[in-house]
Amino acid sequence: MQISLYRFDPDTDESPRMDSLELDLPEGRDLMVLDVLELLKAEDSSIAYRRSCREGVCGSDGINMNGRNGLACITPVSEAAPRGKLTLRPLPGLPVVRDLVVDMSQFYRQYEKIEPWLVNDTAPPARERLQSPEDREKLNGLYECILCACCSTACPSFWWNPDKFVGPAGLLQAYRFLADSRDTATAERLAALEDPFSVFRCRGIMNCVSVCPKGLNPTRAIGKIRTMLLSQGI
Amino acid sequence: MSRLPTMEFDGVIVGGGGAGMRAGLQLAQSGLKTAVISKVFPTRSHTVSAQGGITCAIGSDDPDDDWRWHMYDTVKGSDYIGDQDAIEYMCSVGPEAVYELEHMGLPFTRTESGRIYQRPFGGQSKDYGKGGQASRTCAAEDRTGHALLHTLYQNNLKAGTTFLNEWFAIDLVLNQDGEVCGLVALEIESGEVVFVKSRATVLATGGAGRIYATTTNALMNTGDGVGMALRAGFPVQDIEMWQFHPTGIHQAGVLVTEGCRGEGGYLVNKDGERFMERYAPTAKDLAGRDVVARSMILEIMDGRGVGEDADHVLLKLDHLGEDTLRKRLPGIIELSKTFAHVDPAREPIPVVPTCHYMMGGVPTNIHGQALTQGVDGADRVVGGLYAIGEVACVSVHGANRLGGNSLLDLVVFGRAAGIHIEEAMRQGIDRRGPGEEDLARATARLERWNGSSSGESVADLKRELQRLMLVNFNVFRSGENMRSSIGELAELRERIARAHLADKSRVFNTARLEALELDNLLEVAEATAIVAEARTESRGAHARNDYTERDDDNWLCHSIYFAPDKRVGKRSVNFTPQTMEPFNPTERSY
Repeated sequence: MQISLYRFDPDTDESPRMDSLELDLPEGRDLMVLDVLELLKAEDSSIAYRRSCREGVCGSDGINMNGRNGLACITPVSEAAPRGKLTLRPLPGLPVVRDLVVDMSQFYRQYEKIEPWLVNDTAPPARERLQSPEDREKLNGLYECILCACCSTACPSFWWNPDKFVGPAGLLQAYRFLADSRDTATAERLAALEDPFSVFRCRGIMNCVSVCPKGLNPTRAIGKIRTMLLSQGI
Repeated sequence: MSRLPTMEFDGVIVGGGGAGMRAGLQLAQSGLKTAVISKVFPTRSHTVSAQGGITCAIGSDDPDDDWRWHMYDTVKGSDYIGDQDAIEYMCSVGPEAVYELEHMGLPFTRTESGRIYQRPFGGQSKDYGKGGQASRTCAAEDRTGHALLHTLYQNNLKAGTTFLNEWFAIDLVLNQDGEVCGLVALEIESGEVVFVKSRATVLATGGAGRIYATTTNALMNTGDGVGMALRAGFPVQDIEMWQFHPTGIHQAGVLVTEGCRGEGGYLVNKDGERFMERYAPTAKDLAGRDVVARSMILEIMDGRGVGEDADHVLLKLDHLGEDTLRKRLPGIIELSKTFAHVDPAREPIPVVPTCHYMMGGVPTNIHGQALTQGVDGADRVVGGLYAIGEVACVSVHGANRLGGNSLLDLVVFGRAAGIHIEEAMRQGIDRRGPGEEDLARATARLERWNGSSSGESVADLKRELQRLMLVNFNVFRSGENMRSSIGELAELRERIARAHLADKSRVFNTARLEALELDNLLEVAEATAIVAEARTESRGAHARNDYTERDDDNWLCHSIYFAPDKRVGKRSVNFTPQTMEPFNPTERSY
């Protein structure tokens, strides 16, 4: 198989390059892209990328495969490269540390900005706070985010304003707490999102929805936040 | 090495999984100067992969549930070498720790009355084994670990915990009094090596399933804490006890939660027979994991395996209906489709027992303080060192862990260690700093790799080690194979000491990390092999075909292992819970 791999080491390279590599894939198994990376690394240990759980839940190995963001560990090679050539690049829009490793700090800062923790200003009961199955159901499609950054780094609005636009991942989590019947900070949360950038920089491009490896829908969550902001304004 | 840059904290936690972050939260809230060091961004820690739930008698499913029943089940599950004071503490404090998680925002699945949903799990009973199957495992769908880990990270953000993310711990630093006064760590992005000085150092580094060629564990579960403890001369306990989870996806090794069987799924052999009815007539598919794993292997060895090589069995879920699967096991649908190419609503999942959990680890008391043995064989607290979670051996799991007890272990003992450190700091601790030689000892293996100029590759040696462990230290073990493996591991040690780190670059050098991890894998593998061969009985997860029976006369005890002289010793099991009579060993059947 033909592989084109993004390489960059800031200590030795003035600019990044794409290396052309050949790899004999074992017969009869549809490998994941991460398997391909591991095979390449066994040959050339200097190739750098993040990986851990290898089952799509830790969110380490978000990369760009043939132009599309996804998790290397749950993307079959046949799906990433239907025409046989696999092109692997780091997630776009974030500074590259080395090879496929990007500097995620801007992404994490946006996540922190929405204060992603439950706020409840009543004293906790001796047991759990009750929540109906219907109210709990509202968190599905939100809490499952793995912070892989595939969505935010596929978002043109985030590329333009990574310092001011919270981005799809952060906003999905903002809505996760707005939607939680146990959270009492709705007004404060909405007030923090009112400015022209935090939420309103979303242009409904929906790249986030099309790349999310967990099948989540940040655009819908952003729409719900906007509706809440509007109804609050009225 | 020239003088190392130094950072100083009251407490340093190595590892940002469930245990590390629970301890980190406790310490951050106490106002002490603490840091969590993690080789990955914390939400990437392996706790994230835990699926089925956290077992705890909160009485949601059954208002009469009792933590003492949970304790009974855990003691029995441990095949009687779990420490009863520690199990008593875990099961009785558990409800408080679980409610705290809920208050922090953990999105548990709910019952109609709005309480936390609890599902049946293996080895859980009511009324001390006499009242039938208990539903005691608190769940957030089948993503409980993910929900728990993210909730803890979020609350650490709120509490202002200092995180040193993507830092790799190389070795502990001891002072001239033999106390731990911090560690040497490598900042992965910059390649800088730093002495992290600390008055309390907490190992929360998780397991080491990667000593096996197939495992449910993440690629980073390389036993770094065990390696650090052993190299520093501290012992590990019960390290021969490795849990093989009955349902790892055939070939991929990916975990399929026991919750599948809890929700009503069951295993079948090639004849479509529900074979667990023969091996465990009462609990059937929800017997202890060691029991189910052995039964599966026996079926396969008797020629009733499935597939071209008749090397696995099937987990049947389709009778549960698509609706239940979607509601209770959505993650399993995803994983089955991705890694087994089956839709469990229609076809069964091919599964095989797969290395899953390290019951052994650094021995500790219930405050998480690491223990060693004095010359008289009595327990002695290691100054400055704590261990919590999978790297620790409190021991609440003994020879076989029950499903759902690992998440409980993490939060209960992460919290306990935090409370103890807080109290110890308040009373005042002063430790001598290290000398130049002490620091040099802690950086020696990094220097060795950095100075290597030729030799075998890390990838090749790792593959060999993992293969050796998979073949010889699996569900069933033979004395002969174990003895020859010990020789091969001694050779591997010499070869690894001469191996080559080809990439010497500075920035985000993952080849260097894998080399440092290989040192740790070797420590865990060799300890496992030597102690497994020494324990001449079958108990819990340790099943030998040359010593097929449990031997309470000689082995109703912990094993303890010291790496410097490869010495195996024994340590008493605690049979003195504080509030009740102990559970005495009886024959264990399900």
